[in-house]
Amino acid sequence: MHELSITQSMVEAIAEQTGGRRVLRVVLEIGRLSGVEVDAVRFCFDVVAAGTAVEGAELEIDEPQGQARCRQCGTTFEPSDPLAGCACGSLDLEVTSGEQLRIREVRVKRDVRDVRV
Amino acid sequence: MCATCGCDDAGAVTITGPGQDHHEHDHHDHHDHDHHAHAHAHAHETVVLEQDVLAKNGLLAERNRGWLEARGVCAVNLMSSPGSGKTTLLERTVRELAADLALAVIEGDQETPMDAERLRATGCRTLQINTGSGCHLDADMLARALRTLDPADRTLVFIENVGNLVCPALFDLGEQHRIVLASTTEGEDKPLKYPHMFRGADLVLLTKVDLLPHLRFDTERFAEHLSRVNPRAGVLPVSAVTGEGLDRWHGWLRAALPPRVPGVPAGH
Repeated sequence: MHELSITQSMVEAIAEQTGGRRVLRVVLEIGRLSGVEVDAVRFCFDVVAAGTAVEGAELEIDEPQGQARCRQCGTTFEPSDPLAGCACGSLDLEVTSGEQLRIREVRVKRDVRDVRV
Repeated sequence: MCATCGCDDAGAVTITGPGQDHHEHDHHDHHDHDHHAHAHAHAHETVVLEQDVLAKNGLLAERNRGWLEARGVCAVNLMSSPGSGKTTLLERTVRELAADLALAVIEGDQETPMDAERLRATGCRTLQINTGSGCHLDADMLARALRTLDPADRTLVFIENVGNLVCPALFDLGEQHRIVLASTTEGEDKPLKYPHMFRGADLVLLTKVDLLPHLRFDTERFAEHLSRVNPRAGVLPVSAVTGEGLDRWHGWLRAALPPRVPGVPAGH
C-alpha cells in the first residue's frame, strides 16, 4: 500500500511548509490515472496526521480526469481508470495528464505573532 | 507557477484571505502584499503550496542517476510479485558473473535479512534494506544504500525491490534499468492486471520456464499481453534451475554496463 508512504510524505511536506502552525484544512489533487487510491489516502491521512500539526484537519481531494493517447491508433481519450484501454483494444497508452499528486493548498490557524494590525 | 489559475508566483508561499475561493482572489493582492503588514486579523489563512508530492523522490532519483553515471556504476531495479524467483535468479547470476564483473546487491524486503544472507553466501557484496511497513524502495533508501556500499567504478548493482507488482512502479529510484520478473506459475494475465508495472519495464524476464511442462501457461499469450501494455520491452524466458536463457540475460546485463575505459581494469 504505497498510499501510506505517499500520505506520510504529504503530511511531512505540509508540516514543513507551514512551520508547525495548526493545519485546519488540506486540499489535495490526485489525478485519476495516478494509481493512488483516494479512499486509501483518506484512511491513512488520519493515522499519519495523528500527533502532528495536521491532526484533525479537514481533507478535501480533487480528482481531475486524465487524458491519454493511444500509441496504436492515435486516438486521444479520457480513460476512466488507470487500467482502462483504448476503444481499439490497445493498452499501449501515453498518459498525457491525470497522473498528478499535488498538495494544492492548506488552511492554517493564524499565529497571533504574525498579525500586526 | 500556480497550477490552479496559471499565475506566476515564482514558487513563493502566497497568503490569501480566509474562505476565499482561489479563483476569486485579487492577483495584485496575491502578488504584492506583505503578509506581515497585512491589516486583517483573520483566525486562519490559506497557504497555497502547489507542491508535487513525488517531487522530492524524483529529485533524489535524479541525484542518484547522476551519482551512478559519474562513477560509471550501472544499477538495475528488479521488480516482481513475491515468490517469482528474484532472489534465486540473482544467486545464480552473481555466481556466474562474479568471475569477471564487479557486482553488488541491494536487497529490499519488509522484514528479515534472509535474502541478503542468501546472496552473501555467494560471496557477493550485499546490503539489506528492511522497509518495515513500507511496500517499496524509494530514492532516498537507494541513496543511503549506495553511499554505504560505495561501489567501485563499473560495478553492476542489482536492486531487488520489495516483492510487489503495484507500489514500486510509482517510485523512480534513479536506476538505469527497470526489469520486471513474472513467473510461469503466476499466469499469463499479469501484464494486463498490473499495467503500471509492466508499462515501465525495459525488459521482462519470464522465470521458472522449467515448470512449463507441468503448467497450462501459454508463453505466446503472455508475450501478446505484454505487447498490448508495452510493445517496447523484450521478453526473456529463463530458468534459474536449468540455466535456460541465462546466457541471454547475462549478455543483456553486460551490454548494460558503461563501456570500459581503456587501461582501467574492472572494479577500479
